[in-house]
Amino acid sequence: MRAVQPAGVIGREAGFVHDVRAVAGRALRQIPREPAAVLPAVFVPAFFYAVNLGALEKLAGTGLDYKAFLLPMAIAFAVTGMSRAPALVTDIQGGYFDRLCMTPIRRSALLLGLMVADVAVIAALCLPVIAVGAIVGVRFSTGLPGLVAFVGFSALWGLAFTCFPYAVALKTGSPAAVNACYVVFFPLFFLTDAVVPKQLLTGWFSTIATYNPVTYLIGALRSLITSGWQLRPLLEGLAAVSALAFVGMALAFAALRARIRMAD
Amino acid sequence: MKATAERTPVAVSDAVRTAGLVRRFGSTVAVDGLDLCVRRGEIYGFLGPNGAGKSTVVRILCTLLRPTAGIASVAGYDVTEDPQAVRVRIGVALQDAAIDDRQTGRELLSLQGRLYGLSAAQVRGRLGDVLDLVDIGAAIDRRIGTYSGGMKRRLDLAAALIHRPEVLFLDEPTTGLDPHSRSAVWSEVERLNWGLGMTIFLTTQYLDEADTLADRVGIIASGRLVAEGTPAVLKHSVGHDVIVAEVEGNGIGALKALRSIEGVEPAWNADGTLTVNTPDGAAALGAVAVTLGRAGLQLTGLTMRTPTLDDVFMAMTGSRITEDEAPS
Repeated sequence: MRAVQPAGVIGREAGFVHDVRAVAGRALRQIPREPAAVLPAVFVPAFFYAVNLGALEKLAGTGLDYKAFLLPMAIAFAVTGMSRAPALVTDIQGGYFDRLCMTPIRRSALLLGLMVADVAVIAALCLPVIAVGAIVGVRFSTGLPGLVAFVGFSALWGLAFTCFPYAVALKTGSPAAVNACYVVFFPLFFLTDAVVPKQLLTGWFSTIATYNPVTYLIGALRSLITSGWQLRPLLEGLAAVSALAFVGMALAFAALRARIRMAD
Repeated sequence: MKATAERTPVAVSDAVRTAGLVRRFGSTVAVDGLDLCVRRGEIYGFLGPNGAGKSTVVRILCTLLRPTAGIASVAGYDVTEDPQAVRVRIGVALQDAAIDDRQTGRELLSLQGRLYGLSAAQVRGRLGDVLDLVDIGAAIDRRIGTYSGGMKRRLDLAAALIHRPEVLFLDEPTTGLDPHSRSAVWSEVERLNWGLGMTIFLTTQYLDEADTLADRVGIIASGRLVAEGTPAVLKHSVGHDVIVAEVEGNGIGALKALRSIEGVEPAWNADGTLTVNTPDGAAALGAVAVTLGRAGLQLTGLTMRTPTLDDVFMAMTGSRITEDEAPS
């Protein structure tokens, strides 16, 4: 039995903002240590941008600045799927998630902190792709504020999409299931007017593109480059991406509650 | 933020208390009406074989699992009603060191401190304290993925201590460790208890660990507490001496024959030995040998020893902890 009085607990609840910052900080510290998780997001879009530009620029017809037209595709490619969901799976499988749950951290901060880190990485990833566009002569008709809005839209899209891998990670704790989640992106992305102008789409492809939220994201991004400040494409893009973000957030936080409730 | 200081403890005197605690997983009952009371400043050894329910109890007490029925409080706060107040006051090192291999040791401990609301200065101060305690040295700035199993366990313990918890849960802290590392963990546990006055709830499958470290031992089998007390009292409860006989032949016949001796309690073990609990081993030794010989059994070995906690477990459950465990 002890010989002295306890020295006294010095821990306390740190607070929500503090918790989110702590989780986001940990996630961001990992980024430079895992270049393989980030570098493809820079090189793959640049590759597709160059290939599509070379192959399709003449087919797109005259009067269309195809370099500007194609840039939203490259951005969407760069930021989609940029997520700490695989790292979350590692935490769940290794028991570190449980260790975090035994601290007084706010439960929502476990997920929000990761999402904040994702948004920061996504915003940073936009810059090299925009720089590639600038090198080939793409200019924003909306100027610097338009560029900021462009990055903001891209970040919102990245956040909306990343909710789904988080939901799957929390629900299953399986790396294979999380990887499978990214497969969803490809039909979403290609069944749009990302590569070919909408007026050239026909039949079922055109119908699907009309109902595909990514079409409106691409439209909003494209309008910021080529059309100046136009309310309609921006509102349509915002509505489509926000709706997706809302659904994704609801699923991700439901999965978080379910994982913590697994304990119930 | 709801200030934890404003909350009212449900019972000030006990570090851990459970009453009628039940946890089911589907149709499996992992914890079956457990009543526990651990006093503040005590090292409580929670002993039982694999699958007895030890880890489930710890996970309930650490707020990772909700009980199906019954109540549990830690540091005076109900684990279901006020889990945040419990979390602030506990430190936990689970069976498998639950640490992130991708961080450095220092990053992990700093993050742990920040999640407990420690200021940067407090984190620096506590890092110094816990690093002295767990002896990680310069490796603290290396990635955890490069650590040995023993170093990970010690870092896990450091993380559990960063906020100076009131109650420390150690779930099988030495399982899988080499003898040197086990001895180091034992010393640390004693130092934490004696030096800092920390209550320690220690689960173990190792009999000598519970015997050496614990002020009191609770023995759990099939989710139920089958015995509780100081190691000395528990061992005394099954007799003053134990005679172990190795025989060839019919064990059931031997049992029957031994029961004819007054004042002894014989038992047949799965390892093919007979144990005989008796208040006076020296006096009974001859009678046991003669009785076994008369019963037509070939005696291949006869030894006398004092009882162990395994004998207590045997007396309470009819089986031995060591039957399906690693040797202690």
